[in-house]
Amino acid sequence: MGTLTNERRVISVIVMNESSVLARITALFAGRGYNIESLTVAPIPNSDMSHITIATKGSAKIMEQITKQLHKLIPIYKVVEHEEMVEKEMVLAKFPIAESLADISVLASAYNGGVVNVGKEMIIVMVADEPMRIKHFIEASQRYNPCEIVRGGVVAIER
Amino acid sequence: MQMSGAQMVCEAIIAEGVKTVFGYPGGAIMHVYDEIYKQKGFKHILNRHEQASVHAADGYARATGEVGVAMVTSGPGFTNAVTGLATAYMDSIPLVVISGQVPSQLIGTDGFQEIDAVGISRPCTKHNFLVRSLEELPRVLKEAFYIARSGRPGPVLVDIPKDITVDIGDFEYPDSVDIPSYKPTYKGNKRQIEKAVEAIKLAKKPLLYIGGGVVLSNAYELVREFVEKTQIPTVETLMARGVLGAKNPLLLGMLGMHGNYASNMAMSETDLVISLGARFDDRVTGKLSEFAKYADIIHVDIDAANIGKIVEVDYPIVGDVTEVMKKVLEQMDDIDTDRYEAWRNILKRYDELHPQSYVDSDEVIKPQWAIERIGELIGEDAIITSDVGQHQMWAAQHYPFDRPRQWINSGGLGTMGFGFPAAMGAKMAFPEKTVVNVTGDGSILMNMQELVTAAEYKIPVINLILNNHFLGMVRQWQTFFYEKRYSETDLSFQPNWKALAESCGGIGYDVTTKEEFDAAVKDAIEQDKVCFMNVIVNRFEDVLPMVPSGGALFNMMLPQKIDEEGK
Ligand SMILES: Cc1ncc(C[n+]2csc(CCOP(=O)(O)OP(=O)(O)O)c2C)c(N)n1
Ligand SMILES: [Mg+2]
Repeated sequence: MGTLTNERRVISVIVMNESSVLARITALFAGRGYNIESLTVAPIPNSDMSHITIATKGSAKIMEQITKQLHKLIPIYKVVEHEEMVEKEMVLAKFPIAESLADISVLASAYNGGVVNVGKEMIIVMVADEPMRIKHFIEASQRYNPCEIVRGGVVAIER
Repeated sequence: MQMSGAQMVCEAIIAEGVKTVFGYPGGAIMHVYDEIYKQKGFKHILNRHEQASVHAADGYARATGEVGVAMVTSGPGFTNAVTGLATAYMDSIPLVVISGQVPSQLIGTDGFQEIDAVGISRPCTKHNFLVRSLEELPRVLKEAFYIARSGRPGPVLVDIPKDITVDIGDFEYPDSVDIPSYKPTYKGNKRQIEKAVEAIKLAKKPLLYIGGGVVLSNAYELVREFVEKTQIPTVETLMARGVLGAKNPLLLGMLGMHGNYASNMAMSETDLVISLGARFDDRVTGKLSEFAKYADIIHVDIDAANIGKIVEVDYPIVGDVTEVMKKVLEQMDDIDTDRYEAWRNILKRYDELHPQSYVDSDEVIKPQWAIERIGELIGEDAIITSDVGQHQMWAAQHYPFDRPRQWINSGGLGTMGFGFPAAMGAKMAFPEKTVVNVTGDGSILMNMQELVTAAEYKIPVINLILNNHFLGMVRQWQTFFYEKRYSETDLSFQPNWKALAESCGGIGYDVTTKEEFDAAVKDAIEQDKVCFMNVIVNRFEDVLPMVPSGGALFNMMLPQKIDEEGK
């Protein structure tokens, strides 16, 4: 039956740019009971295709089914489910101006980012890092009372 | 050439060689119907319900192996067609269904008879299109037919906004299709095939397990040759009945929930399953942990997603059964058929121990007798469709199927109401053949309006109603698993079948004895009219053997044994 452990996996999908291709993918996940942790889409430069990155969880057997079922969708060109992926996620976080600007700035730069905006009431930082480190960043940022954190979802590329 | 979108639809249907289209008009598709009126390239059958149109196109496709075409309007026309799409989808039947849609500028406004057809049909079609412009229409139509019939076949929906059917533009039907993201695998991997061949030669108890994919791939001659050459015993799924032919001594029968004893025991004891175009459906496997417990598995399937989905496979081969079997056969010349002699003998003893049997009666017609008898009367050339229930299983168990595409039923979705319109589709494709829908007193009512269609167009199909005054299959489960609480399955209140058929322009027969049965069948074959043959059968007859849902295949409820005196 394969391993039943719920591993986190990232799947890269190359699709033809068609109006309902994203709906086909999300409907497939919903209909077959697979979960989506995050999903990003963007066009591939100089082509009529897009790159979709899906972070999901499931056993090896389920991963195999997800990959094969995705591949069956007509506008899907390529599905890569790989161990060897470089993964990054971008996060924007907003803090009250009353918090220590210097501390927050150091924190952001420790996670591959920096301050992107300082206003009258808020300071906004951006970081971009591996998913695990993003988790740590979010934990660490808690002591500065973030008002809002927006995650961009994982993007990945084969190594 | 300049023409309207509606004309393009007709031209594409003609170019694809489709002879009969089934459908029902309405506002959004009216322009296409206007062109249908003007053309002579194909015949249109006006069913009396869109579900029946899709099932009829489906029956046409199953009988011929070609793409079936149905046409419906937007909104309710389309939603009525959904059951038909889902039925075809579950059995991988090539269909193109064309639906009208509200005009482009109204899409998204909850316009009159607007419904999101591509959204609704996404999980029950192989692919679907909402046509965006007249320019893309010829390409979309070409791709629809191509996708429907290639790879693992399936239904494709083309949803066309009304304005696009009106607009006039340039039409050139493409000769070929190039979809970079869709390239089905036909040829199996050479190395994998060699390994599988080796495994076959080393096995002691191999079992050929064939499914509907063999029918879809038109591979039955190769499969028969393989069986002939190797002398390997074979089981068929519900969808593969007829592939080997009932007379073949190596055919054990059908396996699964209502499979015969020898077939299910063979699967339980084999050391090598050779699966061709079958997908290990839960109605076939029973309890998975006990299924083919001692066997390695070779799985040939054109759909990679089928392989490893249910059972772990030792020799996966992604490819078309025909292509793969050609290569396998090349390597079978030195096969030692004696190797499997002992195994064949074991299975023969199993079959003698518990043959597919039933206790006949002189007082009341037994449904199994009716199936066997009609098999004798109408011969091997007839086409048999069925609805869903006990009658379907009895037909699958007892009819002497002799070739693939002779047996047409809704296996995957199990759609009651499928049989009658599917029979009409098959009859349109093969007017010279006798076509019988084996049905029940429940199922037949689910598309009985087709009496009118069949009478109007003189499509003389025989509806053999095995009338047990019950939703029999559900009743059987209630008997076994719900302490005989017959909740909402008693169909004692019945129509006057003969009058019903006659009021719609057909013929009715009421049959209660074997003599009447023979006479009715003989008469029905000679008539050129659709008929309802109401055959009163034993009310509480059960379909046996039966593997209770979720049980191991070898734990079968078996029919009573018949002793020497016939008791
Ligand atoms: C559309 C649909 N509704 C419900 C069912 C569930 N179902 C399966 S068999 C059956 C009984 C069929 O009765 P009948 O046509 O009289 O056949 P019998 O089993 O009596 O031979 C029912 C209700 C189904 N398969 N399809
Ligand atoms: Mg019944």
